[in-house]
Amino acid sequence: MSVNTNARVDFEVIASLVKPGSRVLDVGCGDGELLELLQSAKNVDGRGVELSQKGVNESVARGLSVIQGDADSDLKYYPDSGFDYVILSQTLQATRNPKNVLTELLRIGERAIVSFPNFGHWRVRTSLALNGRMPVTKDLPYSWYDTPNIHFCTISDFVDMTREVGAEVESAVALNALGQRLGFNMPWGFWNLFGQQAVFLLKR
Amino acid sequence: MTASTKVTIDFVSTATIATGILLNFRVKMTKASRASATTDQKIQEATNPHSPVVDFGADKPLPLDSGVSLSPFRLAYQSYGELNADKSNAILICHALTGDQHVANVHPVTGKPGWWETLVGPGKPVDTDRYFVLCSNVLGGCLGSTGPASINPETGKPYALDLPVITIADMVRAQAMLIDHFGIKQLFAVIGGSMGGMQVLEWASSHSDRVFAAVAIATGARHSSQNIAFHEVGRQAVMADPEWKEGRYLEAGTVPRKGLSVARMAAHITYLSEVALHRKFGRNLQDRQNVTFGFDADFQIESYLRYQGMSFVDRFDPNAYLYMTRAMDYFDLAAEHEGRLADAFAGSKTRFCIVSFTSDWLFPTSESRTVAHALNAAGASVSFVEIESDRGHDAFLLDEPEMFSAINGFIRSAARAKGLLAQ
Repeated sequence: MSVNTNARVDFEVIASLVKPGSRVLDVGCGDGELLELLQSAKNVDGRGVELSQKGVNESVARGLSVIQGDADSDLKYYPDSGFDYVILSQTLQATRNPKNVLTELLRIGERAIVSFPNFGHWRVRTSLALNGRMPVTKDLPYSWYDTPNIHFCTISDFVDMTREVGAEVESAVALNALGQRLGFNMPWGFWNLFGQQAVFLLKR
Repeated sequence: MTASTKVTIDFVSTATIATGILLNFRVKMTKASRASATTDQKIQEATNPHSPVVDFGADKPLPLDSGVSLSPFRLAYQSYGELNADKSNAILICHALTGDQHVANVHPVTGKPGWWETLVGPGKPVDTDRYFVLCSNVLGGCLGSTGPASINPETGKPYALDLPVITIADMVRAQAMLIDHFGIKQLFAVIGGSMGGMQVLEWASSHSDRVFAAVAIATGARHSSQNIAFHEVGRQAVMADPEWKEGRYLEAGTVPRKGLSVARMAAHITYLSEVALHRKFGRNLQDRQNVTFGFDADFQIESYLRYQGMSFVDRFDPNAYLYMTRAMDYFDLAAEHEGRLADAFAGSKTRFCIVSFTSDWLFPTSESRTVAHALNAAGASVSFVEIESDRGHDAFLLDEPEMFSAINGFIRSAARAKGLLAQ
């Protein structure tokens, strides 16, 4: 389910938001890299869901509890409040119904951690403005017709959606193209222009 | 005797034909005497097996789902590796419908290697250098545990159909008594495929605190209507054979060969996939250039199936086949919990690994996914892998590297969690 080929700089940020020993569900866990990091660094009780069979098999071979499943259709099988954190890293933009997925995350977990590429980043904006074509960048290398990222949003769009589903933003981090954190006190508009990706910690 | 001689000749010619096309099946049967010798061996293994046995006497009756209790009864088993001091390293293997306890040793009747030597052995994913691996012949079977070919102590004759119907839960209850016999409180793992997988799910549901990790392969939480249908065809074939003698063939000195072999032929088709059959046999003819406009085994697939059917008769008891198929038919874990499968696993601390195969149409992936979703809903720890394979249901017995690496990863991780393996 994870479709960003970028080195996963968001993993460290996500790990820093998770309390040790907690119960974590990673939706779109890929080959299990983040779950493994969380188990070793934070001693979490971790579970995963992954769309690609290859990712699932690799995760299970690593000794992780991962099942094959789809964020859009399979979250309904999880009980309410079954987890302390539900993580959706670099996957939201690839879901068919992001708002529904976010609602489900907040039903299953006390908190949700969502990371996503920011379509409001200046490179994306200038690419579209100057070339008049759908942006294809190093971090988002797909053409419009073959991209799995069917629901791009900007940081500002995402903040709007958190309000619509009644989620509280407990903390948020924006990372620039080098993976460095942007200044914490900057306004959303600044992050929306210079944040290459964002990580949100949400509470229902 | 005339009839059985004729059957023997049929069998030999079929086997010889099959040898031609199936070198990898290592067919050794070339003498007519072999067939009756193995039949004697088969009866011998049912009543006085090579395997060690545990006899449960009148003081340890087994309550059965049918409402009666079975006493005395016997379980025959094989074990590999050493049980550690605190008895925490035991792995129970549950065998499938026509499997047996000979997981990783030469079979006493067929002379073939153990049926799961790809998975179980020194250095294998189920490492016998590290774990104490146990497999018992299921209750109702025919390799030494109490089954329809065993002598009924009340009559001095084989039970035949006087043995009460056995369920998956009964098999598991008997296995739990075997585990008690060894002084094992909790099994490190229970592993099985197909009917063995049903036992795994039953273990994890009814004896959840005694199972640390569970691996259920190519199985489901219930037997589907289609699967019951195939089993019924098989049973009817056995019972329609005049040599079956209302189940009393052992006393009559007959063998319902035709019936059991037809049952096996039908079942065998369900263990394969269309793709695998086509690749192996296509529409190829057997030792002939043209069809014969008759009912000989013109096609290789016919010859192959006939061979599979007849060789099965040499190692399996026809009545046991009725009991085993019935046990699978009756299995429905959700029904035992008012239709909610998740309730079968409520509060489970067991770690689960569910494995399915893309081309298995007997226990398709959807059955495994149903189990995985129920485990999710119960908040249990579950891994679920679907292995890409075109070899059908039987893939779980074959060399499937992705299955091995998933099971290996799962078992190693469980072993670390249980403190059996350094972090």
